[in-house]
Amino acid sequence: MFEIGLSHYLTVAAILFTLGVMGIFLNRKNVIIIMMSVELILLAVNINFVAFSSYLNDLVGQVFAMFILTVAAAEAAIGLAIVVVFFRNRGSIAVEEISQLKG
Amino acid sequence: MFTALIFYMFAGIAVASGVMVISARNPVHSVLWLILAFFNAAGLFLLLGAEFLAMLLVIVYVGAVAVLFLFVVMMLDINQVEFREGFLQYLPTGALIGFVLLVELLTMFGGWAFAPDIKVLAATPPLEQASNTVALGKLIYTKYVYLFQASGLVLLVAMIGTILLTHRKRTGVRKQVIADQVARSPKSVELQKVQTGRGI
Repeated sequence: MFEIGLSHYLTVAAILFTLGVMGIFLNRKNVIIIMMSVELILLAVNINFVAFSSYLNDLVGQVFAMFILTVAAAEAAIGLAIVVVFFRNRGSIAVEEISQLKG
Repeated sequence: MFTALIFYMFAGIAVASGVMVISARNPVHSVLWLILAFFNAAGLFLLLGAEFLAMLLVIVYVGAVAVLFLFVVMMLDINQVEFREGFLQYLPTGALIGFVLLVELLTMFGGWAFAPDIKVLAATPPLEQASNTVALGKLIYTKYVYLFQASGLVLLVAMIGTILLTHRKRTGVRKQVIADQVARSPKSVELQKVQTGRGI
């Protein structure tokens, strides 16, 4: 209990990952919340990478976490740009209406 | 003991703010909770000895990505009343899938061990020899320099894509086009004698 091991970090990451997945399921009205959930998922993955890197004494995990951070930043920027363009065209960002996109 | 308390504080606040991210009524509050989650994850990274990544998380995520989210949420005019519709409708499915996923992940994390012949690719040097930042820098600028450059390219492509997506030509706005001005020939300018008291 008071001895923090690798499995503690993995548990926190698992809970955060599950919260992110649930956020994708629960929100049908706002794409931005879904993108935030994706950020939560990526954060959980990063925690896993850093925890393993720390407990294996292997720096490669942290290097990989850095690359994930880069990709997450790029993904957020492009996703938000698409949301802004979509809102400009349709006046709404509800997920249910995006399902009617055609061509 | 003390480390354990700090760990539980960071972990608890991170999980609680994660819950608030997906359940907050106002999207602006969601972003603020997300920022809190990032801060606490940075604390967890510090506990793990990854100082550079912790600071990177604060700078990149809190400083750039979360502010970008906040900017877009405030820029878009979202109807908050209809925003929560369907939450209860999808709650059973979402909760069930989340529960199954969590149980699966926890059982996997509960019963695993390092392989006995596991190979360390780049060992972390002891703190007297190099700090976390120095060691990471030595690694990414030597062994992983091409991947580092590639991630820079990813950011460049993201930047170009974002500008391309959101840039728009606005009609009905008079703008100065310097190329057109320079390309004017002397013939296009006409001098006229204006008579007193009359326009052209």
